[in-house]
Amino acid sequence: MAIELLKMRWSNAINEVIIGATKQDGGSRSSVVKVGGQMSLPYLSDEGNIPNPPVIAHEIWDVAPADWPEALKEPFSSVLGKPVEWAKKCVKEFKAELLCLRLMGAHSDYGDNSPEKEAQVVKDILKAVDKPLIIIGCGDNEKDNLVLPKCAEAAKGERCLFGNAIQDNYKTLTVACLADGHSIIAESPIDINIAKQLNILISDMGLSAERIVINPTIGALGYGLEYAYSIMERGRLSALNGDKMLAMPYICFVGYEAWRAKEAKASEKEFPAWGKEKERGIAWEMVTSTALLQAGADILVMRHPQAIQEVQKTINQLTGK
Amino acid sequence: MALSGLDIYKHLAKTNCRECGFPTCLAFAMALAKKQTSLEKCKHVSEEARMKLESASLPPMRLIKLGAAEKEVEIGNETVMFRHEEKFYHPAAIGFLLEDSLDDSKFKEKLERINRLKFERVGQLIEVNIIAIKQTKDAGNFVNKVKLASQSSDLAIMLVSDDAASLGKALELLKNKKPIIYSAKKNNLEAFARLAKESGSNLVVSCDNLSDMSELTAKINSLGVSDLILDTGSKPLVQKIQELTQLRRLALIKSFRPFGYPNMVLLEENDLFRELSAASTLLAKYANILIIKNFESWEVLSLLTLRQNIYTDPQKPLQVEPKIYPVGTPGEKSPFLVTTNFSLTYYTVLSEVESSKVASYIMAVDTEGMSVLTAWAAEKFNAEVIAKALEKQNAKDVVKHNRVVIPGYVAAMSGDLEEKSNWKVLVGPREAAGITNYLRNLG
Repeated sequence: MAIELLKMRWSNAINEVIIGATKQDGGSRSSVVKVGGQMSLPYLSDEGNIPNPPVIAHEIWDVAPADWPEALKEPFSSVLGKPVEWAKKCVKEFKAELLCLRLMGAHSDYGDNSPEKEAQVVKDILKAVDKPLIIIGCGDNEKDNLVLPKCAEAAKGERCLFGNAIQDNYKTLTVACLADGHSIIAESPIDINIAKQLNILISDMGLSAERIVINPTIGALGYGLEYAYSIMERGRLSALNGDKMLAMPYICFVGYEAWRAKEAKASEKEFPAWGKEKERGIAWEMVTSTALLQAGADILVMRHPQAIQEVQKTINQLTGK
Repeated sequence: MALSGLDIYKHLAKTNCRECGFPTCLAFAMALAKKQTSLEKCKHVSEEARMKLESASLPPMRLIKLGAAEKEVEIGNETVMFRHEEKFYHPAAIGFLLEDSLDDSKFKEKLERINRLKFERVGQLIEVNIIAIKQTKDAGNFVNKVKLASQSSDLAIMLVSDDAASLGKALELLKNKKPIIYSAKKNNLEAFARLAKESGSNLVVSCDNLSDMSELTAKINSLGVSDLILDTGSKPLVQKIQELTQLRRLALIKSFRPFGYPNMVLLEENDLFRELSAASTLLAKYANILIIKNFESWEVLSLLTLRQNIYTDPQKPLQVEPKIYPVGTPGEKSPFLVTTNFSLTYYTVLSEVESSKVASYIMAVDTEGMSVLTAWAAEKFNAEVIAKALEKQNAKDVVKHNRVVIPGYVAAMSGDLEEKSNWKVLVGPREAAGITNYLRNLG
């Protein structure tokens, strides 16, 4: 008896977003990263085209992170506080194809760096490495509105991905991305309606839908992961069914969330039943990522090189590489 | 053709006897229509009506019970492809493969380690479920290991063997324990079906091709065995996802009977991270049983946590009872903290207060299970709500200092809360991680 499989066909594809610009496109990157473009639920390649595998962006900071656990600092011990060296290490040693620079130093708690100083960091990194760049503000709206436009200008033509635009604060960043040829990350608080609304607001300002990436806001494994998981699935189903204002790739800040979890940080001495702390932290970041890949994550921003390596292997398995 | 609740109701005895666990026959009929219960629960239905209702009353994916007594677990009976559509009902059972070639002391040591794999998270105990024993030698040795396992562990037992005679002997040790036989294949169908039937065991059906699988399950079913578990074999990860998706879709959406059973995945992977990666992927994508080889505690903790996340009811966030909880042995001078009754929030705060070793009180305010910021935005955790809670819980009789610590994220309500409650408001840290230090320096 032959089985008739039940295959889903969809009417709409996720937008393909390109990060980075080569010389040909007016930038100086040696390669670009393409995400999205799929017309299928995650990894059901027998049902619709999946042109681009998910990508991992290696997170680097402009300043030395204060609250990272030892297991996470250890692989970067020689480059913490040296963003250019850090970027080079990720590209050379860890084979990063995409970097995510978090400008934490702009925050008043981390040194209150000036917009000019942060713009210089961006310039230096773009000069030192030739991989595409995601650039994230420090999270303080007022400060980000001063810093990010300067950085966008400094990276003009490099087609970076800038974030995070939020519902109450998207105009300044949208204008900057429009002016200097970048794409934007639209962040919503685990809320599909706000995600859609923000995408509409940004497109209404003239930035095309193909230059928007959704940050659905995630929780780490054990810390609300399932909320993001389901919001992402819902959004993806709507998008594949034709909702163009949700048809953007997803970016998930896994490293940031996973390494805040107690299970990723606590020592084995404190919790002997939880096992070795180094592996536990890596596992926490890895499992958060593998679960979100199944919910449709397109860009994973991650931290620990070993977690990154493992998740890359998983991506290769999932996309037949 | 699916029947509506009312169609089904017409065939019932209408005694409202409640023996099925539902308050009325109509409620039972409605649940049957939604395939949330089974007709077997009704003792009063006529044979004729039973025949008519059978097809409508069978859940699209059979509920299977593994193991016995306290450690019995139920798998299957899922109703949706995506958890937001309803919820995933029965958490995947997770187990470990042990070979019988280990010597007795080593085998016992492993069993003991597996027995210890349980963790408490957000007020729930999360634990492992199955010990799978693989035969590699003679029957005597296999049976001996099965005996050891059944003596020193209460977990459900899976017997991994191709030899019907060895299995028969092992099954005698597992009467009424609902073990799992792994596995029936094309070439041993009748013999294994007989074993399962005679011993009342669950039977895994292995076949790497979906078409042949549907024939096998139909055949075994006709032999009178219906507690089946589907195993499509070891394959590349992406193919596994596609296959498990098809099995689930055909069962749930097409009501395709031959696939109306839970599935299982046996991961033959030695590397811990690769194993965890595949297991977590397939846990998300529809595995009902996962058998793995390693059991490092950090690996199992992350896997069980993911299972807890995926199988949480999306409509009903886990909540704790809104009341005042003492931590340690606090007195009337101890710090008094307030937070929401969302389990994740409460337990995160609790664990930080515990590690501070400062005896304190935590008052969980009824925010309908929302976290601090969400509840604050939804007006479920504002000055008025907290002031009322302080009064209702008689907080004034619990501590005498009239000082309440609120989460740093809602510092903005301090003035308002002082006015409405007549308590002095102290602003705590934004993140729970800061609580330990905060309490130690509170003085």
